[in-house]
Amino acid sequence: MAKSQLKASIIIWGAEMSDLGCTIAGIETINPFWLASAPPTDKQYNVERAFAAGWGGVVWKTLGEDPPVVNVTSRYGVHKDMARGILGMNNIELISDRPLEVNLREIEQVRKNYPDRVIIGSMMAPVEEELWKELAIKIANSGVHGIELNLGCPHGMCERGMGSAIGQVPELVQNTTRWVREAVDIPVFTKLTPNTTDILLPAEAALAGGADAVALINTVNSVIGVDLDQMAPKPVLDGKGTHGGYCGSAVKPIALHMVAEIARNAATKDLDISAIGGITTWRDAAEFIALGANALQVCTAAMLYGFRIIEDLNDGLSDFMDEKGYRNISDFRGMAVPNTVNWNDLNMNYDLKAKIDQQTCIECGRCHIACEDTSHQAILMQVQADGSRKFSVIDDECVGCNLCQMVCPVPECITMEPVDNALPYVTWPDHPKNTMKSAE
Amino acid sequence: MDKQPIDNTKESRLSAQQITRNFDDLHPPLNAQQAGMEASRCLFCYDAPCVIACPTAIDIPKFIRQIATGNDVGAARTILSANIMGGTCARACPTEILCEQKCVLAKGEDHPINISALQRHAVDPVIAAASSHLFARKPETGKTIAIIGAGPAGLSCAHALAVLGHDVQVFEAREKPGGLNEYGLAAYKMVNDFAAREVEFVLGIGGISIEYNKALGRDVFLEQLQEKVDAVFIGIGLGNANSLDITGESLNGVQDALQFIADLRQAKDKSALEIGQQVIVIGGGNTAIDAAIQAKRLGANSVTLVYRRGLAQMGATAWEQDLAKTNGVVLLEWSKPLKIQGKTKVQSMVFERTKLENGKLLATGDEFVLPADQVLVAIGQSLENQILGDLKTKYGKIKVGDDGQTNICGVFAGGDCIASGEDLTVQAVQDGKIAAKGIHNYLGGGNV
Repeated sequence: MAKSQLKASIIIWGAEMSDLGCTIAGIETINPFWLASAPPTDKQYNVERAFAAGWGGVVWKTLGEDPPVVNVTSRYGVHKDMARGILGMNNIELISDRPLEVNLREIEQVRKNYPDRVIIGSMMAPVEEELWKELAIKIANSGVHGIELNLGCPHGMCERGMGSAIGQVPELVQNTTRWVREAVDIPVFTKLTPNTTDILLPAEAALAGGADAVALINTVNSVIGVDLDQMAPKPVLDGKGTHGGYCGSAVKPIALHMVAEIARNAATKDLDISAIGGITTWRDAAEFIALGANALQVCTAAMLYGFRIIEDLNDGLSDFMDEKGYRNISDFRGMAVPNTVNWNDLNMNYDLKAKIDQQTCIECGRCHIACEDTSHQAILMQVQADGSRKFSVIDDECVGCNLCQMVCPVPECITMEPVDNALPYVTWPDHPKNTMKSAE
Repeated sequence: MDKQPIDNTKESRLSAQQITRNFDDLHPPLNAQQAGMEASRCLFCYDAPCVIACPTAIDIPKFIRQIATGNDVGAARTILSANIMGGTCARACPTEILCEQKCVLAKGEDHPINISALQRHAVDPVIAAASSHLFARKPETGKTIAIIGAGPAGLSCAHALAVLGHDVQVFEAREKPGGLNEYGLAAYKMVNDFAAREVEFVLGIGGISIEYNKALGRDVFLEQLQEKVDAVFIGIGLGNANSLDITGESLNGVQDALQFIADLRQAKDKSALEIGQQVIVIGGGNTAIDAAIQAKRLGANSVTLVYRRGLAQMGATAWEQDLAKTNGVVLLEWSKPLKIQGKTKVQSMVFERTKLENGKLLATGDEFVLPADQVLVAIGQSLENQILGDLKTKYGKIKVGDDGQTNICGVFAGGDCIASGEDLTVQAVQDGKIAAKGIHNYLGGGNV
């Protein structure tokens, strides 16, 4: 996107401005950004700081029946890039370790203090109908706008038969959703675990159970790293470690895929989606909305940078919408869904060739060696008389894979140019080289 | 930099404390955080231009990636296996005209990787540990090589030969090893006896002995050595400081700039050194710049560097020129020395304006006088011809072939005394490496 044009367009303040207000599961929110059920939403103090910063809503940290759980120390582990930027983190924390009553009274208080913000109560319980219903009613009575079923926690709670132990069994997903649906008259969000082979099975089960929306993804089961001195998984706790829930930017692609699958599946396409998974920037948010999300939940980015990231999440999304002429979120929600297809629906005749801009090339050779060692050998390196190096694409060898463009450190230096070959759109099932091609 | 006002009286010279501060590390070492961040900027170029620009061809992207992955010892091994004096080069190399000039990020972001600082980050801990554990000697060959000169060329050659299993006898004219690393580089680039510690590290490989106060043509002679050893390497540098050949050059206060720097480097207490209040430095190379900056940092009231051509023609890099300016040195171009005036001690110097016409430097007849109580001459050095015997020279330097061998069979040479390239430590190290390979091959060891 041309940022300069964008800046020019916002000078005109007034009626043209986009509106970030939206609705999910019938709940209106001033913006699509909620904090996900996690440590930042553990208590009144945090939640009120978040609301003061501008967050539209929170999903309160998951509540269970008393007595509350007991947490361990050394709760988080991290996956960094070589510049020490955090790609992802995992945690082995359990649900709220504070008494249920304390949480509920605080929820009531925050509802009074911030009447225009959304609070969703997250809950989990052992697989017994009465326990689910009793807890759901208690939480609903605190004045929350809706209830989210935590069926995803992949560590600790699942060993007690809760969290992902429920979320991985569609029948249990349906039952727990139905129990809560029957117990309360506020919207029900079923939060799904990605630790399953086909996200559509639990999504359809949630729908069958009467969910108003699905929330996904919960964390991805993971071992974040190994301490090579202690020879134990991280985070190391007195010499031992365990698997935990992976989150942050690194899981965004997994979440995008699962959201898209639900949005383009005939049975679930009308289900509201509260998208979660590595949302760090407004661009991430826009991508999830384009793939069908009605609203968004953020956790890791807020944990790493603080609640103030909401400012650019709001600004950036709003500026993007102004730039594109979208008045509100529903104007572009799901716009990328029809373009999300199976491999068999792709055009086999579409042809791209890499093109290297010699003016901006800094001669690092990354494109050359990436192509050379990744089997296509389509980028030629020629040392010039003055010692400089010229990198150019051998069109006949280029398969248009994008690798060179990805490794190039210079923005816009390598572009992927469509070849005007005048060939029709042909999918693999119809392709002449397909020996399995079905008879006409 | 020094902000204290400098008085004209000797009594108000800079305090010892201030002088100590002035001769601190010009570029302090990177901490782990800085090194990690800087290393992570490196693009890991393929067939990297920085490597091509390095006379010793250190695999720079590889060692930087090793720093980034937390393999600092591996980084040091990568550097030192290509350049055993990587520690000095990290401090003294004009990287702005070598590796860092060619860094693609200089083009992409106008901000090359700080290669020298990363190199120092990797090498310093290994030198501090003073162990040669990074390298192992091959089985002894029974061959002995004599090396004349324990400067960067000689020591580089000695180390490479020792690794190959040869015995090495080094003869050094001065009292200490290291050559210009020990005596010639600016003090603020080589703090805390680094040159000596680096030599200790180099010798740690074993198989190398050094005899001091043994000069070629005075104490050791080529013909005698040839009878005793299997091969000889000459790395004697350039012994003679060029003179101005003008009147007044023998007055008190007129000094060879390299001697001035050597005295400064060897001084136990820099605040006890004599320094003029109005210092003139003659020359346009890095030695002239080093002398001028150090004179200023010692407390000279004014330092004027005078060069007969323009700044653009100076041997000193633009970066060095800027450093001189920020240290308060006045760079005076297009001025040629005519005479030095004074009774017994220098009092002033007369210059004549010059100009360039059709590529020729012309005197304009326009003369002017600068007061001075100290004059440092840095107009280059030359080889002492009388000690060369039958060795053939080219452009005033010893002539060698591609393998570093001179016209005399079994006698090799490298460093500033041959015409291989820039007069830089890094080039001398490379010359020593090339000659070591040449000697090994000459002794029947084959190509390595």
